Amino acid sequence: MVTRIAPPEKPWRLASPKTMPLIEIDQLSKHYQVYQKQEGLWASVRGLFHRQYRQITALDAISLQVERGEFVAFLGPNGAGKTTTLKILSGVIHPTSGTCRVMGHVPWQRANAYRRRFALVMGQKNQLWWDLPAQESFRLHQHIYQIPAEQFQATRDELVDLLGLAKLMRQPVRELSLGERMKMELTAALLHRPEILFLDEPTIGLDVVAQHNIQQFLKHYQEVRSITILLTSHYMKDIEALCQRVVIINEGRIQFDGSLAEIVGKFDQERIVSLRLADTTGIADLQQFGRVTRSQPPQVQLRIPRSQVTSALTEILNRYQVDDVSVSDPPLEEVFAHLFTQGREATDQGASAPKEDMAGSRRLTGEARH
Amino acid sequence: MTVWRSRVRLWWAIFRVSVEERLVYRGDFAFGTLMRFLPMLTQIFLWWAIFDAMAARPGETSDVNAIRIKGYNLHDMIAYMLLVMLARAFSSMPGLTSGIAGSIQKGEIKKFLIQPVDMLGSLLIQRIAHKLVYYLIAIGPFALVFFLCRSFFDAGFPAPDQLFGLVLALVGSFLLGFAMEACLGLVAFWLLEVTSLAFIFMLLTFFLSGHMFPLDLMPAPLDRLIGMLPFQYLAYFPSAVALGKVTGEDLVWGLVIQYLWVIGCWVLCRWLWVRGLVRYGGYGG
Repeated sequence: MVTRIAPPEKPWRLASPKTMPLIEIDQLSKHYQVYQKQEGLWASVRGLFHRQYRQITALDAISLQVERGEFVAFLGPNGAGKTTTLKILSGVIHPTSGTCRVMGHVPWQRANAYRRRFALVMGQKNQLWWDLPAQESFRLHQHIYQIPAEQFQATRDELVDLLGLAKLMRQPVRELSLGERMKMELTAALLHRPEILFLDEPTIGLDVVAQHNIQQFLKHYQEVRSITILLTSHYMKDIEALCQRVVIINEGRIQFDGSLAEIVGKFDQERIVSLRLADTTGIADLQQFGRVTRSQPPQVQLRIPRSQVTSALTEILNRYQVDDVSVSDPPLEEVFAHLFTQGREATDQGASAPKEDMAGSRRLTGEARH
Repeated sequence: MTVWRSRVRLWWAIFRVSVEERLVYRGDFAFGTLMRFLPMLTQIFLWWAIFDAMAARPGETSDVNAIRIKGYNLHDMIAYMLLVMLARAFSSMPGLTSGIAGSIQKGEIKKFLIQPVDMLGSLLIQRIAHKLVYYLIAIGPFALVFFLCRSFFDAGFPAPDQLFGLVLALVGSFLLGFAMEACLGLVAFWLLEVTSLAFIFMLLTFFLSGHMFPLDLMPAPLDRLIGMLPFQYLAYFPSAVALGKVTGEDLVWGLVIQYLWVIGCWVLCRWLWVRGLVRYGGYGG
């Protein structure tokens, strides 16, 4: 239907159009001017005539390529640039500099040919008609996206079936629960069978069950339809369940781009060993094996460097009477929190980030998050 | 051809959804219809009192109906007020400015950047739908009021050509009202807060459109100025056409100028939209 034309400045891509990345981001930057208001009444009056602006860098020359069929998670603290990236890719805003092509289109030109091929779902924004049953919004989408009637019916029925929405089709959207509404939003977004789906915090505010349902659905749908999904989320569960590839953005820069396993392998150098002791004598000596993070006798939790776990465990089991033992990875949240703070330290103190007190900073960030 | 067919289908779909949405709120709707009559009643009583007071002055004829203010007797004035009410039912756009400004502020405007559908076009169709539903319900009360007040229309029922002119003027006043208020809403791309601007606009409309009193009551230099502004086409002009004050060539020219204003404001609207989006793309989102 739509002939894809390779960007003229890269003619070599014409030779192998199949290997052309679906999304190509090159040196993309976005700066905002933010009005700085001083405190106080007099400053407010002065602000009427003379305004001070501060430049905020939302994105700092990021480059990224996404292939067809990938499920990519954008991860980062608030204000890191995740949503800005999605907004640029969906054509809502344009970058300050750099180039970007999605399926051969420059997003912010907002060509209808491009807009018919993707969808954006923002967790807290509603694109359905509030006072009407979602069905009416769906029908409107059919005409907005010029979906042929049979295709529309087939896709709608499939989605309604997958998400279990059949009973809710006649209920006004405002009377739906948040989870149900999110499912309706997803249905509306997928009716035109987009090739790319941008999801900004799709599970925000949902309860665990609803979160799980949405995850299951996304996973299934992505596999069956092999569409490309880019997702931002704060929930590690989302990322763990869904994404093969994780892009960590912090302060407008890409800090890591790879698989989840790689991240854990690379940044997570400790394991958590939990013990239940039958006899608590000598419990204080346990700290020679690692850092004691919790001690509620007879329960003790230790952090032991990955490479020493085996030897330490052997030693402990020899010396102590242990009822129960378990070894686990630190929570993913902690790994990421560590990563984020590490990035901040790196930018604060130059290229060589301090390494000596990794454990300390990890503890701090861990506490800060819980 | 197929482009147009799918476009018309889309317009129809928007229209249908908008009608359905409108029909959800029955109570609000009935109330809104009634409320339109109340201010007009007070204005009619006000003019009645003014004419009465003038008739009661010593040396005046005590017959109220013989008093004239710049050519308007009491009957003309009441007829004018009733017609203004009709015209404003076409040209007033409750919630349009604030709606557009709100969706810019809250970012709901994104929907129209992401989906292949034009916001101003959608809003216009939505508004047409809302107005049509309103007329469908309000035609009863309107007809009743005009019937009860038929004795005030000294000139009788307008002639066919006048009636045709009236219909064109009313449709024009609807389009002009939409374009002007949409422009005002789009200013939110730059100002973010347009409430006070909308208030000023409302006041201006009240006086300069002829909503408050017939514009030909205005003293000499002012009436020229007002004649050069678009506001009069929102209320005064359609009423004057219905009263037979504007006929023949004047009527044709009046309509031409009215529709030129419509086109002008619509172009301005489009321009603001395009410029606003450039700004939004740079700053907002």
